[in-house]
Amino acid sequence: MSYSDKVLDHYSNPRNVGSMDKNSPEVGTGLVGAPECGDVMKLQIKVNPQTNVIEDAKFKTFGCGSAIASSSLATEWVKGKTVDEALQIKNTEIVKELALPPVKIHCSVLAEDAIRAAIHDWKKKQEAPVTSAASR
Amino acid sequence: MSTDVKTIPQGTNGNESAPGQEKGTTADGVKLPVYMDNHATTPMDPRVLEEMLPYFMEKFGNAASRNHSFGWAGEEGVEIARERVAKLIGATTKEIIFTSGATESDNLAIKGVAEMYREKGNHIITAVTEHKAVLDTCKRLEKNGYRVTYMAVQKDGLIDLEELKRIIDNKTILVTIMAANNEIGVVQPIAEIGKLCHERGVIFHTDATQAVGKIPIDVNKMNIDVMSISAHKMYGPKGVGALYVRRKNPRVQLSAIIDGGGHERGMRSGTLNVPGIVGLGKACQLCMEEMAKESCRMAGLRNRLRDNIMGRLDEVYINGSWENRLPGNLNISFAYVEGESLLMGINDVAVSSGSACTSATLEPSYVLKALGTGDDLAHSSIRFGLGRFNSEAEVDYVADRVVETVQRLRELSPLYEMAKEGVDLKNVKWAGEAH
Repeated sequence: MSYSDKVLDHYSNPRNVGSMDKNSPEVGTGLVGAPECGDVMKLQIKVNPQTNVIEDAKFKTFGCGSAIASSSLATEWVKGKTVDEALQIKNTEIVKELALPPVKIHCSVLAEDAIRAAIHDWKKKQEAPVTSAASR
Repeated sequence: MSTDVKTIPQGTNGNESAPGQEKGTTADGVKLPVYMDNHATTPMDPRVLEEMLPYFMEKFGNAASRNHSFGWAGEEGVEIARERVAKLIGATTKEIIFTSGATESDNLAIKGVAEMYREKGNHIITAVTEHKAVLDTCKRLEKNGYRVTYMAVQKDGLIDLEELKRIIDNKTILVTIMAANNEIGVVQPIAEIGKLCHERGVIFHTDATQAVGKIPIDVNKMNIDVMSISAHKMYGPKGVGALYVRRKNPRVQLSAIIDGGGHERGMRSGTLNVPGIVGLGKACQLCMEEMAKESCRMAGLRNRLRDNIMGRLDEVYINGSWENRLPGNLNISFAYVEGESLLMGINDVAVSSGSACTSATLEPSYVLKALGTGDDLAHSSIRFGLGRFNSEAEVDYVADRVVETVQRLRELSPLYEMAKEGVDLKNVKWAGEAH
């Protein structure tokens, strides 16, 4: 299988690799996929509570090159967006940007799922009463 | 708090030529890309090509043309080849049928026996780790009223002889078990299976595509009745193979699956691929002469590759029996790293992965699954197939590239991070498990 230049670029120079403190109230973590399926993505966002703007994003991915590229791209795209704007990102846009072939569309779906899961996690934290100042 | 992970920038692959160094060559003189996928196919040995060349232009005759010198020259080439093939496996020339390759040989063997012995019984025994050429042929026979038992294999990839003993019944006409597996290189106890089959009066076919020319195979000592052979796995040309069919003790008969001019004792019609057959013969002769030395060298290189990789990385697992294995095979899983992404990282090395992403079906290797290797580790597997033309310098280069890429991808892997934090990945409730 041949990869698009953009997939190769993200694979060789992935953006925003790393981890943030998943216990921080400003951080939302999405962990999607399963090892048995050959893809696991962890995408984290750090949100400014005043503006709801995603100020930072990090990812780690176990998966093929397209999965790595999709999650790397997702972190680039969510940065600077509000959480509501980030929820508008569609997997089809990822497919288009990375020129993913049909067999790799599930990688883009997983990246979209990871964004949603991270935002969902963050939103849950905002609703829950903060009893103790956790790991600040 | 965020922790940034350093990623290796492009261009540190070690594959960029230094000044004064030939382009596409490493400082150690390794020519890139490195081919280490010799279970898929082998490059032709130049001596094989040399032997074949006259049979394209000068000796182009049809081996079946009995009344002129063009035909005789072709026939002579074919008969020399037949002798060489027979000699390598301890057979006689009349027991060698030339085919288009091992897939055809498997089809002819299984369908041919099934049809010929239909009145005796309808039960066939095979194993789940067989090549698709055997499995899909058996599946077709099932549709036609045959009963097929697909034996499970043990954790090491070997079949259980006691189980085989139990499942052979009075309707069993054929046992088909491969000699050496194409993915994990595991060598089955062929001689024991053959002995058992002969005691029970059952025909024994073995797909020996990966084994012939690599390890000693003797059809008489091993009680093999029918055996598939391929040229392009032993430094011969593609598109040609052979089927060994026993002629006495017992005499095995086959129904042909290709009808026509009655070539190859009526078992395989069609004009003979003379240059290909000549090449197969030469490849067999070379393997026979060089097998002892070559298998030693292969095992040495293979062990060096294993030590080089496993000495520097933790959580690397060998798939299948180590003791009962082809000398040139190394199949290992790198936990927490997905196989296709690993292949991308070592893109100047040609190897194969059992990862779903590398297959058309999006299913991980059924062979590894049959060993009880979890799907996660099956996705993480790489098959290295060493061959006649690999060097020590290539092995060292490949090991370096693999180690460096696995390390980089593990830093990218959430699973590795979780494992290092002490999370038991088996107890995690994965969101995508329903897939």
